[in-house]
Amino acid sequence: MATLNVLILVCLGYVVLLFGVAFAADRLAAHGGGKWLRSPLIYTLSLSIYCTAWTFYGAVGNAARSGLEFVTIYLGPTLVMVSWWWGLRKLVRIGRSQRVTSIADLISSRYGKSNTLAVCVTILAVLGGTPYIALQLQSITLSFSIFAEADPTGLYREGSSVFWVAAGLAVFAILFGTRNLDANERHHGVVTAIALESVVKLFALLAVGIFVVWGIAGGIGPMMERIDASEIGQWHVDAGRWTTFIFLSAAAFVCLPRMFQVMVVENDDESHLRTAAWAFPLYLLLMSLFVVPIAVVGLDLMPEGSNPDLFVLTIPLSQGNDWLAMLSFIGGFSSATSMVIVTAMALSTMVSNHVVMPIWLNTQEGTASVSGDVRTIVLMARRVSIAVIMAFGYFYYLLSGGGAALASIGLVAFAGISQILPALVGGLFWRGATRTGALVGLSVGFFLWIYTLLLPGMQGGIIPPSVIENGPFGWGWLRPQALFGIEGIDPMVHTVMWSLSLNTIAFCVASMLSFPSPLERLQGAQFVNVFDHSAAPRGWTGSVAQSEDLMIMTQRILGTIPAQEFFQAEARRQNGRPGRLPEPTPQFVERLERELSGSVGAATAHAMIGQIVGGASVSVEDLLAVADESAQMLEYSSQLEAKSAELSRTARQLREANAKLTQVSRQKDAFLSQVSHELRTPMTSIRAFSEIMRDTDGLSADEQTRYAAIIHDEALRLTRLLDDLLDLSVLESGQVSLNMGDATLTEVLDRAVSSALAGEGRALSVRRVRPSERIPLHTDLDRLGQVFINLISNAQKYCDAAEPALTISAHDVGGQVVIDFIDNGDGIPPEAQAMVFEKFARVGSDKAGGAGLGLAICREIMHRLGGEVAYLPGQGGAAFRVSLPLAYRQAAQ
Amino acid sequence: MSRKVLLIEDEPNITEAIRFLLTREGWQVETHAEGTDAVQVVLSARPDLVILDVMLPGKSGMDVLRELREHDEMQGLPVLMLTARGQSRDREMAEQAGVSRFMTKPFSNTEVLTAVRDLHAQASRP
Repeated sequence: MATLNVLILVCLGYVVLLFGVAFAADRLAAHGGGKWLRSPLIYTLSLSIYCTAWTFYGAVGNAARSGLEFVTIYLGPTLVMVSWWWGLRKLVRIGRSQRVTSIADLISSRYGKSNTLAVCVTILAVLGGTPYIALQLQSITLSFSIFAEADPTGLYREGSSVFWVAAGLAVFAILFGTRNLDANERHHGVVTAIALESVVKLFALLAVGIFVVWGIAGGIGPMMERIDASEIGQWHVDAGRWTTFIFLSAAAFVCLPRMFQVMVVENDDESHLRTAAWAFPLYLLLMSLFVVPIAVVGLDLMPEGSNPDLFVLTIPLSQGNDWLAMLSFIGGFSSATSMVIVTAMALSTMVSNHVVMPIWLNTQEGTASVSGDVRTIVLMARRVSIAVIMAFGYFYYLLSGGGAALASIGLVAFAGISQILPALVGGLFWRGATRTGALVGLSVGFFLWIYTLLLPGMQGGIIPPSVIENGPFGWGWLRPQALFGIEGIDPMVHTVMWSLSLNTIAFCVASMLSFPSPLERLQGAQFVNVFDHSAAPRGWTGSVAQSEDLMIMTQRILGTIPAQEFFQAEARRQNGRPGRLPEPTPQFVERLERELSGSVGAATAHAMIGQIVGGASVSVEDLLAVADESAQMLEYSSQLEAKSAELSRTARQLREANAKLTQVSRQKDAFLSQVSHELRTPMTSIRAFSEIMRDTDGLSADEQTRYAAIIHDEALRLTRLLDDLLDLSVLESGQVSLNMGDATLTEVLDRAVSSALAGEGRALSVRRVRPSERIPLHTDLDRLGQVFINLISNAQKYCDAAEPALTISAHDVGGQVVIDFIDNGDGIPPEAQAMVFEKFARVGSDKAGGAGLGLAICREIMHRLGGEVAYLPGQGGAAFRVSLPLAYRQAAQ
Repeated sequence: MSRKVLLIEDEPNITEAIRFLLTREGWQVETHAEGTDAVQVVLSARPDLVILDVMLPGKSGMDVLRELREHDEMQGLPVLMLTARGQSRDREMAEQAGVSRFMTKPFSNTEVLTAVRDLHAQASRP
C-alpha cells in the first residue's frame, strides 16, 4: 500500500516532469525547431483539458448515479466539433486577426473595445470558474483521502489537506502560468505539458478500464452481461435534462475561458481544427469507453455507500493493484492540474488586463510614463489574481460543504459561463448586436444564474430557506427555483432555461433598441465578415509577382527615373544582367514596399503591392490603414489649402494695396495737375498784364492803375494758394503740432466772426445763439478758429440769398460739442455735397477767390482735433456741422 | 473787313488781357465764360477764330472742340487752345480733337499774337 508520503513524492515528481517538458518545449520553440510542437495532434490533446477531474472521476460517479446521462457532457463538445467546426474556425480566425488574449478581450473587442464588457465577462468567468476550481480541489482531496484511509501514519486531516492542495495548485499555476508575460504569444511549453497530461489521463483511465473489463469481469462478453444486468445499463432518457446538458456542455466548451485559451489563443494554425474535428471526439469516446463498465463493476464490487466518484481509484485499490491505483491517481491529478493551470492562466490574464491594469494605469496617470516597472506590475497582478482565484475556489469548497457530487458542481460552472454565449455567438454572426445588448443580456443571465443556482446551491444559509420556499418578501413567483410559478422541473434545467432564454431575449431587444458606436460597427463588420477581410500574415512570396507590373506601378508613384534607378540597383544586387528587371524575390518586394511607403504610406504601399504580387487579398486592416493615411493626407491637403487661402488672401491684400497706391498715384497726378492749373492761372494774368504794361506805349493812367491792381490781386491769390497748400500738406502729413489752450466757445466764435467779416466782401449778417455757446473748450484755439473763419467766409462768398444771413448755433450732444453753421441761401446741390471737402472741389461756376482748398483744410484740422466737420443736408441753406469731443484733453501728439 | 475772334475763357483777368491785345490788333473780340453752351455760341457768332480754354465750367474745352469739329462748316475754323495744366497728354488729346494750335499758360503776349496772325493767314489763304 502506497503511503501518503510516497504519493506526495510522486506528485512532486510528476510536477517536475511537467516543468521539464514545458521548459524543453519552450527552448525548442525558441530555437525554431520542434515542428511537432505545432502539430494538429498537440492541438487536439491540448483541447482535452475539457476533460478535468470531473470527467476523470465524476463521469463514473455520474454513471453510477444517473446511468447514461454522463454521456451528455461528451455529446455537447462532440456536436460542436463535428457540426459547428466552421463556427469555431471563425472564432479562431477572429482571435488571430484581432490578436485577442482571452474571451473577455474578444467580447470587449467585438463591442467597440468596451472595457466595461470585459470586466463583466471577467467577473462572470471568475465566478463561473470558482466552483469549477472547487471541483478540482474536491477531487484531489478525495483522492488523497482514499490513500489516507489506508495510511497507517494517520497524518491526513481533510480540512487542512484541502487548504494545502489549494495552496499547492496556486503555487503550481503561478509557476507555470506566469513564467513569461506575453499573453499574446502562444505558450508552447504549457501547451505541450498539457498535451502530455491529456495523454497521461487517457492512459490512466484506459488502464483502469482494461483492468476492470479483462482483469475483473473477465473479458468483453461477461462484461456486457454484467452491464445488461445492471440498472445503469438501461436507457432512461429524461429529454429535458439531456437536452439541457448537451446544450450546456456545448456552450461551455465554447465559452469556458480555459477552452478559449487553448482553442483560440494557443492556436497555431486554423487547419488544426480540421484534425481536431474528428480527433477530439475520438478522444472523448475513448475517455467515455470504460465509464459504464467501471461504474457497473464498482457498484457490484464496492461496499454499499462508498463514493462512486472514486471508483476509478477504489477498484484497483480493493483488488490490491497499488500501482494501477497510483497511475489512476496520477491521471486524476493530471486532469485537475491541467485544468487549474490553464484556467488560472486565462483568468489571470483577464483579471490583470481588464481589471487590475486599467485601475493601475488610472492611478498612475500623470505621474510617470509607462516604463519598465509595468512588467513587474503585470506579473504581480497575474500572480495575485491566481492566488485570489484559488482562494475563491477554496472558500467555495468550504461553503458548499464539500459534499456535493462532482458533476453537479461542474454543471453549476457550466451554466454560469454559458451566459456569455448569446453575446459571443451574436457578436460573431449578427452585425446588429450592440454593446448595450451584450451588457444587458449578460447582466440578466448572470443575475439569474446567481439567484436561481449559485446561491441556493451554497449550504450555509446565504439565502434563507424561507426565500427558497416562499420567494423573497413572500412573492411566490420569484422563488429562486421556481421562477414565474414554473415548478417541478430540475433546478439545473430551470436555471438554464430561464437564464439563457431571458439573456438572449434581453440581448436581442437591447441590441435592436440601441445604436452602435462607429467603432462597434467597424468591429462588428470585421467579426461577422472575418473571412472576407482577414488575410494571411503579412509577407510576400512573390512567386507570381510580375516585375513588369511592379515597375509600372513604381514609375507611377516615384517617377520614371527614380523607379528605373531603383530597379536597376536591385537587378545589380541580384547579380542580374544590366537592362533586365530584378526577380521578384521576397527581399526585393519588401524593399520595394519600403521604398514606396516613403511616398504613399505604408498601408497603401502594402495594399498596392498586394494587388500585384497577389496571394494576399487586401484586408480590412489594410484598407483601414489606407484610410488612416488618406485622412492624414486630407489633413495635410487641408493645411495646404489653408496655406493657399492665406496666400491668395495676401495676394488680394497686395492687389488692394497696389490699387490703393495706383489710386493714390492718380490722385497725386490729379492733384499736381490741379496745383499746376491753380498756379498757372494767376501767373498767366500777371505775365500778360506785366507784358502789356511793359510793351504798350500810351497806356492811360486808369489803365495802368487797373492793370497794376490786377497784377497785385493775382499775386496775392498765388500767395494764398501757396499758404493753403503748405498748410494742407503739413496737416495731412500729421506733423502739425497743436497749440492747446482753454477758452469758451463764445470767445473763439467772437474772434472768428470779426476776423472773417473784417475784410471787404459782401454783407453777411451773423445770428448767434449766445447762451448755448458757454461751453469750455480745451483745444487748439487758433486752428478751431481757422475752421470757423473758413466756414463763415464761405457763407459770405457763396450764399446766394438777397440778404445773406448765417445762423451759428451750438449744443452739447452726447459728450460732443456740435456747432452748426447754416446760411439762408440755396445750399449745395445734393450731388456735390459729397465732394465739397475734396481738394480743389468747387461748386458751380463761382470764382470767388479760393482755390478750393479751404474745406479740405477744415476737414484735416477737425480730424487733428479729434472731431469732424460735415455737410448737414436738408437745412434749407448750406449747412456745416462742426463737432468736437467735449472732453478732448489730449495733448498734441 | 472786320476780323472776329471768339474768346472762350472763364478767368476774367485773362479774358481782359487777351481782349486788350487783340482789340489793338484790329480784332473784334467777343467773349464767353462757360463750356456748356460754348458750341452754340460759336455756331451763332460765326467767328474767324476761336481761342479756347481747356478747364471751363460745365464742359471741358476738349469736348467743346470735339463737338465743334463734328459740324462740317466748322472743319476749317482755326482754334487756338490755351491750357494751364500743361501736360503732354493734353496736347495729344487736343491734336486728336482737331486743334489748330495749342499753347500753355502762362504765355507771352507776343506768342499769342503771332499764333493768331499765323492761324488767320492760313485760314484766309484761298
